[in-house]
Amino acid sequence: MEKSIEQIKTEALSEIQNAADIEQVRTISVRYIGRKGLVTQYLRDIPKLPAKQRPEAGKKANQAKNAIEAAVEDAIGQLSRQKGPSDAVDVSLPGRPVPGGTIHPVTRITREICSIFERMGFDIAEGPEVETDYYNFEALNIPKNHPARDMQDTFYVSDNIVLRTHTSPIQIRYMDACKPPVRIVAPGKVYRCDSDLTHTPMFHQVEGLLVDEKSSFADLKGLLTLFARQMFDTDTALRFRPSFFPFTEPSAEVDIRCVICKGEGCKVCSQTGWLEVLGCGMVHPAVFENVGYDTEKYKGFAFGMGVERIAMLKYGINDLRMFFESDIRFLRQF
Amino acid sequence: MKISLDWLSQYVDIDTEPARLADMLTMSGFEVEAVFDPWAHLAGVVCGKIIEIREHPDSDRLKCCKVDTGDAVLSIVCGAPNVASDMNAACAGSGSVLPSGEEVTAGTIRGQRSEGMLCSASELGIGTDASIILSLDNDVRPGTPLAEALGLSDTVFEIGLTPNRPDCLSFMGIAREVAALTGRTLRRPGSELAQSAPDIRDKTSVEIQNPDMCPRYSARLLSGVTVGRSPQWLEQRLLSVGLKPINSIVDITNYVMMETGQPLHAFDFDRLAQNRIVVRTRISEAEKTFVTLDGKERAIEDDMLMICDGKAPVAVAGVMGGENSEITQTTTNVLIESAHFDPVSIRKTAKRLGLSTDASHRFERGVDPEGTVYAMDRAAALMAEIAGGEIHAGVIDEYPRPAAIEPIRLSAEKTNRHLGTSLDPSEIGRLLRAIGFEVSPGESNTPGESDTMDVLAPSFRMDVTRPEDLMEEVARLSGYDNIAVTYPAIPARTLPPLRSHTLKEQLRDRMAGLGFNEAIHYSFTGKNARILEFPEGDPRHAELPILNPLSETQSVMRTTLIGSLLEACQKNLFRQVKDLKLFELGKAFYSRGTEALPEEQGLLAAVWTGARRPVSWHEKRSSSDFYDIKGILESLFSDLRVGPVTWRATPADRCAFTRPGQSATIHAADVALGVVGEIKESIRKQYDIGQKVFAFEIVTDRLFELVPESFSFTPVPRFPATSRDMTLIIDETVPAGDILQKIREMNVDIIEDILVFDVYSGSPIEAGKKSVSTRIIYRSHDKTLEEEPVSALHQEITEKLIAEFGADLPG
Repeated sequence: MEKSIEQIKTEALSEIQNAADIEQVRTISVRYIGRKGLVTQYLRDIPKLPAKQRPEAGKKANQAKNAIEAAVEDAIGQLSRQKGPSDAVDVSLPGRPVPGGTIHPVTRITREICSIFERMGFDIAEGPEVETDYYNFEALNIPKNHPARDMQDTFYVSDNIVLRTHTSPIQIRYMDACKPPVRIVAPGKVYRCDSDLTHTPMFHQVEGLLVDEKSSFADLKGLLTLFARQMFDTDTALRFRPSFFPFTEPSAEVDIRCVICKGEGCKVCSQTGWLEVLGCGMVHPAVFENVGYDTEKYKGFAFGMGVERIAMLKYGINDLRMFFESDIRFLRQF
Repeated sequence: MKISLDWLSQYVDIDTEPARLADMLTMSGFEVEAVFDPWAHLAGVVCGKIIEIREHPDSDRLKCCKVDTGDAVLSIVCGAPNVASDMNAACAGSGSVLPSGEEVTAGTIRGQRSEGMLCSASELGIGTDASIILSLDNDVRPGTPLAEALGLSDTVFEIGLTPNRPDCLSFMGIAREVAALTGRTLRRPGSELAQSAPDIRDKTSVEIQNPDMCPRYSARLLSGVTVGRSPQWLEQRLLSVGLKPINSIVDITNYVMMETGQPLHAFDFDRLAQNRIVVRTRISEAEKTFVTLDGKERAIEDDMLMICDGKAPVAVAGVMGGENSEITQTTTNVLIESAHFDPVSIRKTAKRLGLSTDASHRFERGVDPEGTVYAMDRAAALMAEIAGGEIHAGVIDEYPRPAAIEPIRLSAEKTNRHLGTSLDPSEIGRLLRAIGFEVSPGESNTPGESDTMDVLAPSFRMDVTRPEDLMEEVARLSGYDNIAVTYPAIPARTLPPLRSHTLKEQLRDRMAGLGFNEAIHYSFTGKNARILEFPEGDPRHAELPILNPLSETQSVMRTTLIGSLLEACQKNLFRQVKDLKLFELGKAFYSRGTEALPEEQGLLAAVWTGARRPVSWHEKRSSSDFYDIKGILESLFSDLRVGPVTWRATPADRCAFTRPGQSATIHAADVALGVVGEIKESIRKQYDIGQKVFAFEIVTDRLFELVPESFSFTPVPRFPATSRDMTLIIDETVPAGDILQKIREMNVDIIEDILVFDVYSGSPIEAGKKSVSTRIIYRSHDKTLEEEPVSALHQEITEKLIAEFGADLPG
């Protein structure tokens, strides 16, 4: 090897610089980095070098090749602009902006939840946000003066009119109007008289209800397992934990394996490795009695979940209040 | 509810690791929310031997001690009367934090070095004695951690109890569950008594005037007790679960309540007028101000159940005792109350008094009606042991409304169908018996029903009344994890999707596509009527007030979304974001009075403020205007195939938040859809917004009514179109839309489209006039139009318009 690779590179770059037109640049390119080009030759000869020198030589040769390639491209770009058509555009300038808007994270997650259940054969149902005490409580087996009322801090309009504390009254209204079988999911705003770091006085829930002649708690476990795997991760582990809701029996709270620490224990899951995401249970016979369904014939289950909670987990949002403050720097991210 | 495992092990053997036990409890319905060491705060406290003691040179009371703490000798100044040489004391080194929050630091006390603190039981949070420092046994080696020296080793579970399980608001209740979970036996402490004093029935009486509110009242009497401080073990038990020791008699009532779940009350018997108890409502006017144990005056109402003596109230039944009959240091005779009250009555009273106590919390949820005598006997035995005195023979046990428990018929087959399990009847029986249910085989004379059993719930399980309640117990005890995972067979759907929902989602997507960011705001606001200048008689005045709002700014339900959106503009402008396009879909609520549900109306609102398009090199920054936001609405209407839409200038006296002259009301098919326009300056000022804001608000419920269910394809035209322009000079006050409207009304079948392509006023056009240029596109669907007839037709139309509007042609 007579010339050092550095020398070859310097010569090539200077030739490219001085080239008068694109044709010349192409010729130079062939001479150096074409199939039989000088640099290509050099690269081919590297295996003949002593083993110790090979890595260093290879590195330098490749650098040279890259530098020449870049210089060729630049030169062609520059020359074509000089000599190009008179209406050539500067492709590096930004295009004319067409700003898109965004859909609120709560809407996005609500849609995601609903669409999973819609794919499984559920219909969407809606209901009023200001409710009677009957639909919000009594029909759901939460009598007046029952301690279960303490589970939800309620906004009152009067003794008998409340802001709904959950989406469950939609269950009752739907069953009042329709005969079984029932398969609905009901998204909506709910209200609780509570405001701190982890509670906002308004939030969103999605409620689900299935009534037919043969569903069981085992089916409920299956359905919600399918849901969680679509919503979170295909191998999401679930835990059904006995709990109490006046309108279901047996009742359960559903935990998923913490999405942050995968069960190792972290701040988000309070070191338990589990995150509570759902409440559910078999419809209480008292509820069926209230809507005039035959409790001997029909079986059903209900479930409900908080949308903000799931949105926080899915997007890693750490402050619940962000959802309702309309900070455009927040909204724009969705 | 705090459960100390050390205390719990009195009732059931615990050989399961705390973490495992916590998990077992959680998975059987008793969520262990936290696990902690109640004595963790004693970490820096050790046994210190006082090896030298001398008087403080500048104080009569203080002593200067040298204290051997095992690995060091500390100088400590101490003022306790019992500090003595060779004494083993509790010594807190510098850096330890006492339960009061006080941190022990090294320093000087009246000029003498002090490097720690010798502590009293009260200072250490392990007792109430604050008068002397804690003295430890002589054989404790200096340096031994205090918790170890006192045998204070414990784990406490914080359990989140659901309201259906009041029976587990007690150690014995939790112990019963633990026994069932771990296969152990529940130990019930004995309640044997030495009843040496005369019969209680000769000393006092109990009269229940409201048996529905007080189905049972049991009482025992003790004479000659000495009220003092409780022994250390008792104080430590109470402290370990966060209860404050008061005196031996009161502590015992609290201890037994924690043990059994039965709230007890102790009266100073000598302070009861006529030495008797009357349970009644309807107290006299003069007695309606009642001072409870906590020293607070309470306003008693007519229907609240009170425990009275021969004359006046002495306790709010089931909630809190009265100051007038409380146990004091001088009390010698004690009447123990162990009663059963109606949960609803207690809850109402507690709510109205704003007073929730450990007793009312339990009574509201339901206490075992059969447990009164046992709990009272436990307490009497402990009082005699700890406070001395004699127990009078016999009990008073007024029980006018005995609890009736009906057996429940349970079918194993139905249980398995409900749960999706395959448990056999004997297994179901075993699970239920383990937590105190009596299970006997059901009558099997009906063929095919041989799998049924009759189950009698224990008296403390008042939540169990139906077969489903038992199924839940079975599921819980056999473990939810052991229930199979199966999938419901769901047939294909037959209903079309809910239209209002689909359309709302379509609007959202369209708005986002048009560059708007979706916002969601609280449905409640402050009173908006004045701020948003709703005209007189406007339905938006009917704001629905909330009885218990969190704040003034969240006190009524919204009747418009505009206020919330302006607030959002304000917040973002404050953060220097000047260009905003926001929308919200939500409901307005119009009050129909507080006894009826309000009218809920779906709305879509949007605001646009600042630049028309983001800053770029393509064009100069231009501000958005009325026609920008109107264009958004036109796009929505066209997307939904709603039309034709008419836009009328809003009369000034009907403008709420929009500025007269820059405001239009929107109609389609004679339905008022909403309003679009520029926000009034006066309203912007209320929100500190210095730049123009354009907004619209439309009623989606009405809009959706107008959306056609379906539409058909129109054949694409086969013949070419031809167009003619016309420019008319008309009065400036005439809306251009009127010209278009007039042309449409002519019903010319070959007019395909009409558009306005220029509007101009100013020189050379006469003042007060404007020129409007329109283009009419003509097309026939059965032939190519010829030039002549089209021109003639166009001429005819032009002349009609000139006549109609008194228009001129440009000169």
